[in-house]
Amino acid sequence: MKFFPIVWSNLRRKKIRTTLTLLSIAVAFILFGYLSAIEEALSQGVSIAGADRLIVRHKVSLIQLLPISYHGRISQIEGVDRVGHSTWFGGIYQDPRNFFAQIAVEPDDFLNLFPEFVLPEEQVQAWKQTRTGAIVGRATAERYGFKIGDRVPIQATIWPKKDAQEPWEFDVVGIYEGDKAGVDETQFVFRYDYFDEARQGGEGEIGWYTVKVADPDAAEAIAKQIDGTFANSPAETKAETEGAFVQGFAKQVGNIGAIMIAILSAVFFTILLVSGNTMAQTVRERVVEIGVLKSIGFTDGRILRLVLAESCLIAFVGGTLGLAIAYLLISAGDPTGGGLPVFFFPVPKIMLGLGLAIALGFVTGFFPAMRAMKLRISEALRRH
Amino acid sequence: MKLIAQIIAISLVSIRTIPQRLGASAAAAFGIAGVVAVMVGVLSIGEGFRRTMTSSGSDDSVLVMRSGADSEMTSGLSLEETRVIADSPMIISVDGEKAVSSELFVIVDLPKRGTGTDANVPLRGIQGGGVAVRPEFELVAGRMFEPGKNELIAGIGAAREFANLEIGDSIDIGQADWEVVGTFATAGGIGESEIWTDAPMLQSAYRRESGFQSVRVRIGSGDEATFQEFKDSLTSDPRVNVKVIKQEDYYADQSALVSNLINVLGGLIALLMGIGATFGALNTMYSSVSTRTLEIATLRALGFGAVPVVCSVMVESIFLSLLGGSIGGAFAYVVFDGFQTATMNWQSFSQVTFAFDVTLRLLVQGVVYATLIGLVGGCFPAWRAARLPISHALRSA
Repeated sequence: MKFFPIVWSNLRRKKIRTTLTLLSIAVAFILFGYLSAIEEALSQGVSIAGADRLIVRHKVSLIQLLPISYHGRISQIEGVDRVGHSTWFGGIYQDPRNFFAQIAVEPDDFLNLFPEFVLPEEQVQAWKQTRTGAIVGRATAERYGFKIGDRVPIQATIWPKKDAQEPWEFDVVGIYEGDKAGVDETQFVFRYDYFDEARQGGEGEIGWYTVKVADPDAAEAIAKQIDGTFANSPAETKAETEGAFVQGFAKQVGNIGAIMIAILSAVFFTILLVSGNTMAQTVRERVVEIGVLKSIGFTDGRILRLVLAESCLIAFVGGTLGLAIAYLLISAGDPTGGGLPVFFFPVPKIMLGLGLAIALGFVTGFFPAMRAMKLRISEALRRH
Repeated sequence: MKLIAQIIAISLVSIRTIPQRLGASAAAAFGIAGVVAVMVGVLSIGEGFRRTMTSSGSDDSVLVMRSGADSEMTSGLSLEETRVIADSPMIISVDGEKAVSSELFVIVDLPKRGTGTDANVPLRGIQGGGVAVRPEFELVAGRMFEPGKNELIAGIGAAREFANLEIGDSIDIGQADWEVVGTFATAGGIGESEIWTDAPMLQSAYRRESGFQSVRVRIGSGDEATFQEFKDSLTSDPRVNVKVIKQEDYYADQSALVSNLINVLGGLIALLMGIGATFGALNTMYSSVSTRTLEIATLRALGFGAVPVVCSVMVESIFLSLLGGSIGGAFAYVVFDGFQTATMNWQSFSQVTFAFDVTLRLLVQGVVYATLIGLVGGCFPAWRAARLPISHALRSA
């Protein structure tokens, strides 16, 4: 630390250049933040999918419905712990652009199957007692200002009401939160009994089943058994683990997701390259000085450390600044306004970012530092 | 005149001496090339998607769905309703066939070639008038499906992106095998992402009884008055409860979400990169000015004014950014233009096959952006160059 003033005055010598380099590193790490968040959003939470849950859907496509009678038959299969069903509602709240998922479920099954959706006990009770009750994710509630006690009108698209009295109306009885980052806090979940009774057509049919298995290792085998049970029936099923389902679904976005991620990564590394080059340049310009330092007794190792300290300091400060700004921007919400339901900066990626910043300092400092260390005094002083 | 001569003279000097500062100059130009390539590349995805979605069909095509439905997928119409719609006297005839088609629009899971995972491939059931309402339809290989048989024809985009859609292949839908007998094109439009079959066959496979989802008609003219008249005739009819929308408006709506997603992300990336590249350009130009301190001071001492010096720095900066911008644009054009892919359109819950489209407008936009970066990157260093104290600069050398 004794030599910190030297490092500091070196950095201050060309204030503008130091500032600009620092800022471009910061920009690179802001991009890195967005890259991580977009990647996570496109994978739609594969990393948090429950290993003990299966999704059972119609074999031909997800839009086809399954009979509710499968609930009992799946429950009887050995190793199945709990079965619940969900039906996509797909309605419109005020404007088609206000997109959030609306799903009809049985509250008991739902809360048991998805412990990551956290709801205060009194709200759970209220939901069980209110037929028209719905629970809403925190993000959606904040976005549209839904509060407990509000009555939310939703225009049907797939499911017109039997009495043709549009729109559907739901009473908000609870606001749920995820128990960890990455849980989708945008859903609007309401009761199947109310939905089934009021809908016109499709009675007794549901969208897909979620099955909790007692032993995650047996998940694949149970999936096969479920499909076997309904083989050659009018509604054949396709059962797979939640992870596989979410992953397959995410892959529907296709390679444009991968392309965007590839582009962002290329950009990130390009900016690092350019700023690394600038940092290396500053050392090259100081050959004479380094010669002087050596001639007054600085050892080779000390010179190496001085140069490295300088590049690491600038990379670390720039990187931290960028990551902090990225964190703030990403926490402010999804830039597309609802297009990406899960949008956050995963902690492991923040750690990776810090690691990359330090690595950047070392790599850009290393070669100039080696040169400075190996520099012969006579040669350095002769240069000028 | 003297001023202009001076500007030209000094500017030429700065441009000719770029090779002496090759490292830093190349880094700046390279950075800007990257910005432009990425911006044009990402936006070309949105552009291509939008073009495919909106270049669909003739301007007098109208879509009728159930009132409240936001897409064909969520719509449902009874046989009686489709008959009322088809009876409209405003519907024109094409080659002796009435241009009306009651259709089903569902999805079928087929593996995507690229990933091998299931994708929601759109499957459309059409009737006799299905071709008459789509003048852009063209069978490119094989033959048309035969009504009453489990046969399909695949759009060229669908056949390219998804497995098992070559002529002679068969796919499993419900409890029967369906054979692919032809491949068709629709002039680059959305139809090419779809698979078509006979509507009644699809009704039974998807257990839709006699119901349909949408009716497509042509009304002979794309003007607003004709459309309004047709729309009013149906919305005022108590026998039907429908929504009437021009096909082009329908597809523009359907593409809004994905286009918006790509454009917002693309714009954000371009903005951040632009800031990064501006810092790079500033760095380069500052060091350019500082290595030329002696030269600039000498010129000033010889009687050159501050304005030509400022201009020369600006010219150098803009020259570098234009060079970078052009390289980036050309790169984006070569790499991205026409790149074929498929993605999920969340609004229709089905796959759309399309090609990236690097349009002239995007290239111009990219070069303009590069020039802006050059302007900002040049003006502060130019200001410094102009204010260099001459005597001090000369003495320091």
